[in-house]
Amino acid sequence: MRRKRLLPTALHRLAILAYIAFALFPLYWLLKVSVTPNDLLYSEGVRLWPSHMTLDHFAFVLKHSDFPRFFQNSLIVSGSTAAIVTALASTSGYALSRFEFRAKYLIVALMLLTQMFPLVMLVAPIFKMLTPLKLTNSLAGLTLVYVAFNVPFATFLMQSFFDGIPKDLEEAAMIDGATRFKAFRQIILPLTLPGIAATLGFVFTAAWSELLFSLMLISGNQSATFPVGLLSFVSKFSVDFGQMMAAGVLALIPACLFFLLIQRYLVQGLTAGAVKG
Amino acid sequence: MSALAPDPRFVSQAPGPGQRSPFLRRLAHASEPWLYSAPALILIVAVMLVPLVLGISYAFRDVRLLNPFSGGYVGLQHFHELARDKAFWGALKNTLWWTGASVFLQFFLGLFLALLLDKPFYGRGIAQALCFLPWAVPSFLSGLNWAWLFNPVVGPLPHWMVSLGLMSQPENILSDPTLAMWGPIIANVWWGIPFFAITLLAALQSIPRDLYEAAAIDGAGGVQRFFSITLPFLAPTIAITVLLRTVWISNFADLIVVMTSGGPANRTQIVASYIFTQAFKKLDFGYASAVALVLLVLLLAYSMLIVLLRQSLLKKG
Amino acid sequence: MASIGISGVRKSYAQFPVLHGVDLEIADGEFVVLVGPSGCGKSTLLRMIAGLEDITEGDISIAGTRVNDLDPKDRDIAMVFQSYALYPHMNVAGNMSYSLRLRRTAKDKIAGIVTAAARKLGLDPLMERRPRALSGGQRQRVAMGRAIVRQPKAFLFDEPLSNLDARLREQMRGEIKKLHQDLGATSIYVTHDQIEAMTLADRIVAMNAGLIQQVGTPLELYDRPANLFVAGFIGSPGMNVLTGRYEGQTADIARLVLDHGPAIPLGRAYPLTDGTPVSLGIRPEHLELSPAGGAGLAARIELVEPTGFGTILHLVTPGTSSIALKGFTLDRAAAGASREVSLGFPPERLHLFVEEKRVEPAS
Ligand SMILES: Nc1ncnc2c1ncn2[C@@H]1O[C@H](COP(=O)(O)OP(=O)(O)OP(=O)(O)O)[C@@H](O)[C@H]1O
Ligand SMILES: [Mg+2]
Repeated sequence: MRRKRLLPTALHRLAILAYIAFALFPLYWLLKVSVTPNDLLYSEGVRLWPSHMTLDHFAFVLKHSDFPRFFQNSLIVSGSTAAIVTALASTSGYALSRFEFRAKYLIVALMLLTQMFPLVMLVAPIFKMLTPLKLTNSLAGLTLVYVAFNVPFATFLMQSFFDGIPKDLEEAAMIDGATRFKAFRQIILPLTLPGIAATLGFVFTAAWSELLFSLMLISGNQSATFPVGLLSFVSKFSVDFGQMMAAGVLALIPACLFFLLIQRYLVQGLTAGAVKG
Repeated sequence: MSALAPDPRFVSQAPGPGQRSPFLRRLAHASEPWLYSAPALILIVAVMLVPLVLGISYAFRDVRLLNPFSGGYVGLQHFHELARDKAFWGALKNTLWWTGASVFLQFFLGLFLALLLDKPFYGRGIAQALCFLPWAVPSFLSGLNWAWLFNPVVGPLPHWMVSLGLMSQPENILSDPTLAMWGPIIANVWWGIPFFAITLLAALQSIPRDLYEAAAIDGAGGVQRFFSITLPFLAPTIAITVLLRTVWISNFADLIVVMTSGGPANRTQIVASYIFTQAFKKLDFGYASAVALVLLVLLLAYSMLIVLLRQSLLKKG
Repeated sequence: MASIGISGVRKSYAQFPVLHGVDLEIADGEFVVLVGPSGCGKSTLLRMIAGLEDITEGDISIAGTRVNDLDPKDRDIAMVFQSYALYPHMNVAGNMSYSLRLRRTAKDKIAGIVTAAARKLGLDPLMERRPRALSGGQRQRVAMGRAIVRQPKAFLFDEPLSNLDARLREQMRGEIKKLHQDLGATSIYVTHDQIEAMTLADRIVAMNAGLIQQVGTPLELYDRPANLFVAGFIGSPGMNVLTGRYEGQTADIARLVLDHGPAIPLGRAYPLTDGTPVSLGIRPEHLELSPAGGAGLAARIELVEPTGFGTILHLVTPGTSSIALKGFTLDRAAAGASREVSLGFPPERLHLFVEEKRVEPAS
């Protein structure tokens, strides 16, 4: 019996290892090129690890390029988007979870619709709308757009977390003498903290990755976000591979950190409406 | 003021402690859900619904950013242009190709990965995290990353393909008109497998284990168990995720914009990236909106088709 | 402490009616138990009193004041939930003091009240624990403690003991009774458990399908059920019901002619015309068993279920249209003695129902 099991087990482990290799290889290569000295990059050809490594590219990117500012801009936009969206979604998700009201299904339908139609449609009209408001080329304008885009998904996600908390609790609090809002703040929200953290994580990653609207709405270097900066760098200096990949590794760091944060909630997040997939 | 006697009309109606007049209370009660959901709703309407309507109106207007005299109504002119626009028809074809290949590969590889991860083994947690990691990589970065991998200067892939005899000399497939589409598709598959794997894994793990045990006792082999238990249980999840994913991927332009910007010679242009290019590079918002409207109608038709299909299947079942 | 008045109360969810007009007066300090089958609207009524559900129609008043338009927090009542609904992120002391903190009671006063309540419920050593770290019975006590610290006008209990095992339930039942004797608070208590209802209640309210069927002391409901529903619902094993026609206008000849079967002498005359279809009820413990061949209805013992305390007998009358009955006896020997028995129906133990409603003998 054990003998017979050995082969399938080995195949199973092998398949998993193969997939992990496939999943990590591009990231590994990114890291490898980012620590390869320029001269070795061309002379050594395809090698899995350079004969010696350097942190020069990172040093250059951090000291002599605009990337720290891009990084900071992205951090501001994604951070404030995540914070605002989570705050809005915690009340709207609570409304969907706890109230029965006539327009509820209309609201749900509206929010589902926003998850289905091509957002790229909105690139032009949003640009036109934000221009007279002086919100193009501004981090605030970008944040506004990102907040609206992420609220529906975050609402569904928060709703699923609220659904997991018994109604009895706030009813008990209301009988104990709290208004509904107080019960929400003092009893329900503290119990939803893991859900709030997960929502923050999902929205942050979504905002951090967004490309098309930041390309359209932001032009100068001053308020460029990371993707915009990286793309303009690529089109301008397409030979400094080491530096570009060093910048790429830097862009990966917050994404990976937040991935760790939301790992446990992936299923809930993906079923809530698929933020970026 | 203190000299004034209290107006009897108000005294008689004055609510007791903690008591509001029934009307006010009812109003407060009815408006409560709205107070909680209003901020989110207002934003959605202002930043998504209004632009959507505006965008639809642009489709019938001449809106070009660089031309201050544009803005007038042009009726169906954009659509006539569209009918003659080879690039658009090419993009439509490419969209089918891009969506079909991406969904097909993502789904089957995702299902395979989910089945692999469904079995308990030592180190499953960490293996799972590593397998799902590509999902966390920002899409622009995965696009760039794969573009670099395909680049013969820094990437290993062309060299490996030469060693395997698939290519005569290391070239960038992204600049080969016949092969270029595979670049974004591969990047998309790499990036999107975790989505299917995560959803399918969750569905797999909700299948009651004793069903498998009962089937095993009844003498069903592994393959039989897969087809008689696993697949029927997964079917609803599969149907929903595949259908929604199809819509999503057909709208997903990031990878193409980053890796090829639609080139070479529009061979990788899909409708979504074409809309973006028209708006972003040509600054022709009117035409971009007309294309977008067509895409919207096509997606709506697709969704309707699915709803109808579902209805007729339900009736039969 | 306060009285509670419920008059003409109806409740519909969307268009679906759940309560069809409930009238009930509960006196100050009274302990009222609501019983009824699942889904009959007990929780709904309780939640309307608490202010957690809107009142579709009718009025509810507490201490003489109409409370229809008051929020739960302004009604000054306490509720113990079936799930206990303890706040998971607060310790026992926090749970018990929450309502006082909401009312901005002074800190030292809160400490005093909570300590006293904790002592009363034997919770003193647990004050720092989170609900997660408590047993079911302890959680139940905390829920009670949370209710009593405020000295509310009334206590509402929604099946508070149904998540406990039988032994603990019995113990907590005793404690609730003692607590009520100490505090004398007006209480409304919903339960499925007959014994809880019988032992705790000053008055029982039996409900079915959104209507009150009978209100009375436990023994009134047991001895004189107002209709077939109450007759069948109160008592375990349930009352035997036989159907037939009434005959005979004087006590000595009054009898029930069973459908396709023998007649049972009723021993008393009822104000009914001959031939009226009636249902005859008799509790299992009131059936008199004697050896076969006696004066009563002949029956055979099909099944014997010893409960330790007594024995439940499953009885069947012979013949084509046999009737199944249940008997209950404390006499173990009688149960085992013979398979064939004769059943006696003592007149003072009989209940007659016409069209489901109780009919009293003509006096
Ligand atoms: N929010 C609601 N929406 C619609 N119907 C409801 C709602 N809450 C309860 N009901 C219905 O109202 C009826 C009464 O419910 P209620 O909870 O009061 O029953 P109950 O007597 O407490 O039953 P149980 O003994 O099972 O707790 C049920 O038929 C139930 O389906
Ligand atoms: Mg109930």
